[in-house]
Amino acid sequence: MNGATEKLLEVKDLTVGFKVKGGFFTAVQDVSFHINKGETFGLVGESGSGKTTIGRTIVRINQASGGEILFRGNRIDGKISRERDAEVVQKIQMIFQDPMASLNERAKVDYIVSEGLINLRRHRDEAERVALVEKALLEVGLLPEFASRFPHEFSGGQRQRIGIARALIMEPELLICDEPISALDVSIRAQVLNLMAEIQRSKGLTYLFIAHDLSVVRYITDRIAVINKGRIVELAGTEELFARPLHPYTRALLSAIPTPDPILERAKKLTVYDPACHDYSRDRPSWTEIREGHFVLANGAEAAEYGRLS
Amino acid sequence: MSGPILSVRDLVVKFELRGRTLTAIRGASLDLIECETLAIVGESGAGKSVLTKTFLGMLDGNGRVDSGSIEFEGADLARYRTEKEWLRVRGRKIAMIFQDPMTALNPLRNVGRQIQEVVELHQGLTGKAAEQAAVEMLARVGIPEPAARSRQYPHEFSGGMRQRVVIAIAKACNPRILICDEPTTALDVTIQAQILQLVKSLQEDFSFTTIYITHDLGVVANVADRVAVMYAGQIVETGTAEEVFYDPRHPYTWALLSSLPQLGVKGKPLYAISGTPPNLFHEVRGDAFAPRNPQALEIDFRLAPPVFRVSPTHTAATWLLDPRAPRLEPPAAIRAMRDRHAEGAR
Repeated sequence: MNGATEKLLEVKDLTVGFKVKGGFFTAVQDVSFHINKGETFGLVGESGSGKTTIGRTIVRINQASGGEILFRGNRIDGKISRERDAEVVQKIQMIFQDPMASLNERAKVDYIVSEGLINLRRHRDEAERVALVEKALLEVGLLPEFASRFPHEFSGGQRQRIGIARALIMEPELLICDEPISALDVSIRAQVLNLMAEIQRSKGLTYLFIAHDLSVVRYITDRIAVINKGRIVELAGTEELFARPLHPYTRALLSAIPTPDPILERAKKLTVYDPACHDYSRDRPSWTEIREGHFVLANGAEAAEYGRLS
Repeated sequence: MSGPILSVRDLVVKFELRGRTLTAIRGASLDLIECETLAIVGESGAGKSVLTKTFLGMLDGNGRVDSGSIEFEGADLARYRTEKEWLRVRGRKIAMIFQDPMTALNPLRNVGRQIQEVVELHQGLTGKAAEQAAVEMLARVGIPEPAARSRQYPHEFSGGMRQRVVIAIAKACNPRILICDEPTTALDVTIQAQILQLVKSLQEDFSFTTIYITHDLGVVANVADRVAVMYAGQIVETGTAEEVFYDPRHPYTWALLSSLPQLGVKGKPLYAISGTPPNLFHEVRGDAFAPRNPQALEIDFRLAPPVFRVSPTHTAATWLLDPRAPRLEPPAAIRAMRDRHAEGAR
C-alpha cells in the first residue's frame, strides 16, 4: 500500500453503547481503522462482536457515543448538516444479509430500487427514474421487466441482486455489505460474489465486507480486521493475516474454519481462545504495529513475543 | 466392513400441494454402514431432509412414500403407517437433531426435566436416579455446573449450549442412528467446531451411526467417513470422503466443489453454477443436472444415467462413466485439489 492511496473512510476510537435495563452496554469500544479508496476491507467476528453495529453506525443508523467517523476527511457522526447527511445517504449504501427480510414485501421492485432516488429527489423526471431503475437492474444481471414484480416472485440470489441494484442506483462510493452471502445457497454464493467483484471493478467501488466466515472473506478482501467483544484485536493484509496470525483470538478463529479438504481437516488441531491468557493487570494492551501494516492489540510483553513470531 | 445398518432402495417420495404432485425423492438408493458418519450434501430443495425424515416417519401430512423400501432391523420402514409402529423406531432407535435448538426444546420446562423425561422413557430409570442421569448427561455434553444448569430454562442458555442440551436429549435415547440436520448452521464457527467435536466423541464412546445433513462442504470434510451428493431428489454420487473430494466423477459434484470460495483464486471469478434446479412438479427427463451443465452430452437430455461403480465404495450416476462417453477432464479447481492430494500422498 503506497502513501498515495486515499483514505475514503476513517474510524477513530469509535465507541458505541446502548442503554439497557439498569445500565449501559458497550457494544463497540475504541475501534479504529481506515478504508482506502477502491479496496475491500473485511470486518470479521462472531455474533455479538459488534461488527454489524460498526456498519450501522457508519451509515448513521446507530449513534456513536465516542470517537469519530470521517468520510473523505469530513466528520459524518453526531450532528451534521442536512447537506452532509444527504451526502452520506447517497455515497454510503448498504447491502443486508437476509434478502427475504430486507426487501419490502408489499412494494414492487420498481419502487424498492428507486426509493433512495425518490427520497433524495435525485431524478429529474419520471422518465429518468424509470431509465435509472432499468439500468440498475441490468447492471446486476436482472431483466428490466422484473421491475413490475414483487419480491416474493424471486429466488434468494435474485433478491440479493435487487438489494444490490437498490444500492447501486444511488451511485455510492462505499458499499457496506453485512453478511451479503451467508443466507444464500452454496451454488448461488459464487454468482453473487462474482457480481460484487465485477461491479467493484467497473465502478471503482470501495467495500466494507462484514462477515463471520473467514474463508469467504479471504477470497474477497484486501485487508481484514478481526473483532472480538467490541474491540478490534488484529488488523492486517489478508494474506499476511492468514500466513501469520498473531493474536490468540485470530488463531482460534482460523483454526475453527472448516476447510473442504478431508485430510487437512482431520489433521487439524482446534485452538480455543481463553481471554484469561492475557495478563493485563499491570500492563494495559494498546494498538501495536508488529510489522508494516500488521496491527495487534497487545501489551509490552505480548508485543515482544508477537515480534519474535512474525 | 460390517453390513449396512439401514438400506434404502429406489425410494420415491411424493407431496400433494394444491392439487399438484411434487416428486421430492426420485428413486434414491443408499446404504448406511454401522458406526460410520455419512454426510448428505446438496443445495436446498435437493431432498436431503425429506429423505432422512422418511427414516423417522416425520414427513409432513401431505407427503408419502410412493414406492421403494427402507430396510432397518429386518423391517421395511417404508411400509410403516401407524404412529404405534413408528414409536418403536423414532427416538428409540433413530433420533434426529435440527438446525434450531430452540424449536426442539420446551420453553416452559427446565432442561433437566426434559432430559429426565427421555431417560425415564428409554433407560427405565425413575425418580432420583433419572434426575441424576440427566445431570450426568449434561456434564457429558460439556455443560459447566450441570446440577445448577439442569434447573434452568432453555432461554437461559446460549445457542451453542442449547444445541448441547438437544444432543444430550437425543443421546439419552441411546439411538443406533443419530441424524443431524444442519446442526451448526445457526452457530458461530468456533462453537460449530466444538459441537462437531462433541458429536464425534459421543460417537466414539457409544458407537452409534451418524448422518449429517449439511450444505457446508467444510463441515463434511471434518466429520464424514462417506459422502452422498444429492441433486433434484436423487443421489448422484457416493463415496468415501477422499473419493468425493479428491476424485469426484459427477459433473454436479464438480460444480459444487468448484464454486467454493475456499478453492477460488483471488481476483479471478469463481465458477458459478448457472440456472436453477429443475421444477419437481414436472417429470424430469434424462440427467436432472444437464440443463445447468455446459458440458452435458446429448444423451443426458434424453435418458437418465444408470449408477456406475467407480470403486467398491464409489458410485456416480453420470453418462460420463459409460465406456462410450468422451473423456472429460474435471474443472481446474478439482484438478488442483486432486494434484495437491496426490503430492501429499507421495
